[in-house]
Amino acid sequence: MQQTTVTLKINGKTIKADPKSTILEVAKKHNIDIPALCYHPDLPVKANCRLCLIEIKGNEGLYTACSRKAEEGIEVKTESPEIVRARRINLELIFAQHCEECIDCILFPDCEMLRLAKKYGAQCRRFTDRKTKYPIYQFGPSIIFDSRKCIDCRNCVDVCAKQNVNFLEIKEKGHLFQIVTSKDKDKDCIYCGQCITHCPSGAFEAVGEFEDIEEPLKEKNKTVVFQIAPSIRSSIGEEFDMPHGSVVMEQIVAGIKKLGVDKVFDVSVGADFTTTEEAKELAERLEKGSVLPMFTSCCPSWVKYVEFKYPKLIPHLTTVRSPHMMSGGLIKTYWAEKEKIDPKKIKVVSIMPCTSKKYEITRKEFRINGIPPVDYVLTTRELAFLFRKHKIDLKTIKPIPADNPIGDPSGAGVIYGASGGVMESALRSAHEMITGKPLKKLEFKNVRGLKGLKTADITINKRKLKVAVANGIANAEKIIKELESDPKKYDYVEVMACFGGCIGGGGQPVPTNDEIRKKRAQSLYKIDTKKKIRSAHQNPIVKKVYKEFLTSKKKIHHICHSSFSPKPKSCIKQLR
Amino acid sequence: MTIIPKLMESGLTGRGGGGFPTGKKWGIVKKAKGDKKYIVCNGSEGEPGVFKDRYILEKYPEEVIEGIKIALKTFPNSSAYIFLNKNYYKKFKTKLKSLTKNLPITLFKKTGGYLSGEETVLLNEIQKETKYEPRLKPPYPTQSGLFNQPTLINNVETFYYIAQVAKDKYKQTRFYSISGDIPNKGVFELPISWSAQKILKETGNFPAHPFFVQTGGGAMGEVLLPKELNQKVEGAGAIIIYDKKKTDSFKLMEKWAKFFLKGNCDKCVPCREGVYRINEMVRTRKIDCKILSDLFFVMEQTSFCPLGKGATLPFKSLCNKLQLL
Repeated sequence: MQQTTVTLKINGKTIKADPKSTILEVAKKHNIDIPALCYHPDLPVKANCRLCLIEIKGNEGLYTACSRKAEEGIEVKTESPEIVRARRINLELIFAQHCEECIDCILFPDCEMLRLAKKYGAQCRRFTDRKTKYPIYQFGPSIIFDSRKCIDCRNCVDVCAKQNVNFLEIKEKGHLFQIVTSKDKDKDCIYCGQCITHCPSGAFEAVGEFEDIEEPLKEKNKTVVFQIAPSIRSSIGEEFDMPHGSVVMEQIVAGIKKLGVDKVFDVSVGADFTTTEEAKELAERLEKGSVLPMFTSCCPSWVKYVEFKYPKLIPHLTTVRSPHMMSGGLIKTYWAEKEKIDPKKIKVVSIMPCTSKKYEITRKEFRINGIPPVDYVLTTRELAFLFRKHKIDLKTIKPIPADNPIGDPSGAGVIYGASGGVMESALRSAHEMITGKPLKKLEFKNVRGLKGLKTADITINKRKLKVAVANGIANAEKIIKELESDPKKYDYVEVMACFGGCIGGGGQPVPTNDEIRKKRAQSLYKIDTKKKIRSAHQNPIVKKVYKEFLTSKKKIHHICHSSFSPKPKSCIKQLR
Repeated sequence: MTIIPKLMESGLTGRGGGGFPTGKKWGIVKKAKGDKKYIVCNGSEGEPGVFKDRYILEKYPEEVIEGIKIALKTFPNSSAYIFLNKNYYKKFKTKLKSLTKNLPITLFKKTGGYLSGEETVLLNEIQKETKYEPRLKPPYPTQSGLFNQPTLINNVETFYYIAQVAKDKYKQTRFYSISGDIPNKGVFELPISWSAQKILKETGNFPAHPFFVQTGGGAMGEVLLPKELNQKVEGAGAIIIYDKKKTDSFKLMEKWAKFFLKGNCDKCVPCREGVYRINEMVRTRKIDCKILSDLFFVMEQTSFCPLGKGATLPFKSLCNKLQLL
């Protein structure tokens, strides 16, 4: 029988541990500092960086804590002259691959490599950088990969494989392996940005991060408005040393106003419109028996994956626009009309947890009368950097309630940021639309949580609705495979490319792991619970806009829907 | 007596370089639980100066196959692979195929480099994994190897001797590959107890000119001076003789460094970066002793697999013994 706990000693301290956990995990849990750069809890253990070195009493030599399981009775030492020396030299060798550019790095100032260099007295410049001539790549309008900074830990390759994208590969060039982009015509980047959040050396970043972040503020004679995605409110606090899951919506509003921006919108309001339309579409598809299951389409990485890899599944995607494209469009039509501003003179800046949204705003299918609904996308990290640059600290700033020039969101609009949120929001509304009666219990708990693939059966009007929620593209792939053998397996499928949904997005603060994702998500659900109005279609502003503005099918289609088409492999530029 | 106790009693050890007791390995595989078991005959031989497996495959293929057959019989529900480097595959496939007809033995042509001889890289290659890199241990292949089943991996020469042990014909010998600046190059089957000096003398290869040798292998092997030859030859059983006057030590180190640069997998920091830096220093003839000793330290102490741990030995022993630095 497997023992439930083992007792071991780390640095003389007796610790009880799960025998399935590694010594590194046990140490982390007990706040014992063991450096590890290639370790990420989302990924299989590789033991490449050779920093998490330990000694085990009675055994010769050094071991790696990431690959060694907690065993009964062992005595582990995490620091010794040998360990320190080996860590120092290996760090120097890691820095020998890494062309530093700290000032513009997404990991600065909390860079783990720099912290370790300091701790172990490693000279970052002991060896000449060997990668100075390595290329810099740009993946579409979303991601930059500067392979001169890469330390070959291969987290990016592993996470890309975990996404079933396999766009990043290792290839041998002149007897040395490097990370390269796949030349395979069937493999394409989906811009999810998980490579960014899993890279310990800052080799990946969003396009424009951070050199272009001031651009929206330079717009002359324009009405610049910012809109905040649902998930930002519970994640950006981390950039200002606040506890994970801190809700800082009002601080964000205050910060943006301090930047001189007048109008701050909440994308959750856009989400309420998305939900309302999507619930309508679902009810319609169910009634007419047209293409099912219906797939959500608010994740542009998922959309790109379908358009590139499974174009025959395009009819399954709901044509309803994603929340920020919805609200962007409403700002430039409904609100512009109300405020009597020329839509061409409005610049919409979306603050997104996402690198793929930088791509989404370039899609021509979204234009309304030739105008893109959104002009700029800044990631959570970029907004945080912009704040810091302007000496704005969210921890100390006086909160200002969101003015929400269009209106306030429902609880449903806020939970969009977590995996299952779109599904839950749509079900709340669809139920009432189909049955004519409001739900007694609004929570759909079995579509919540970080599990990669969640399924549920929901009864609406005696009809059993089969739903599935996937986060992580590999899980969506499982659903696609299931549907190949049983096309009627599901009626409605939500897919988010990033682990845990947008709260784990590629534009979110680093580090990201399940523990952090959980806290970010919990805070969104807490906001929902406290809201008076928790279903999108009941939001007074939604009702009002439909009554006053979205009055014809044509208009609704024009502003609230989009279209999709098969897409070729995207443009990968080699910048140098 | 059954084969496993016989192997134990014979004291036979693995001839791929690791020297693990063969009987013990067989015992572990026998006891391991699995739906089925795999046997791999490692014929990837790829280090310069090591060519005895080729000799055995040429002279005694029947004996090697006999050894594999004994393993197939010992482990119920098992099948076998013969993992051969490209040249050996080409050269011996016809003969080996004729010998393995109707047996659950598959010939596998190696496509990877030197490191594919490392037992877990070899498994990844047979499994057609995308990366030819070593696996984390534990689990050891004996417990969870090929396709996660218990797997016995033995070298070509080891299988040859397993057949001898079964027939009570094993006489505590091994095959030595002897090469370099000497007249009588070749493979010689001689007692394992003999010293390098005795081997060289008995084969008529003890040089009259000033020389040094490298034993074990032509890359990973240790450099020994004539006065140090009173020891047995371990590892893969290679002896390479270098004429001291004719040998350019830096060129020799360049050859080793290039071999490792090409042959390692670049997975772990100390081996990837250590070998790269050693190669740079040797190539430019600018050796910093402090850096070199730091590189040796992390390679030996912290490399992921035996390649990085062992790659320092030739450089270290050559530099020390010829007092190059």
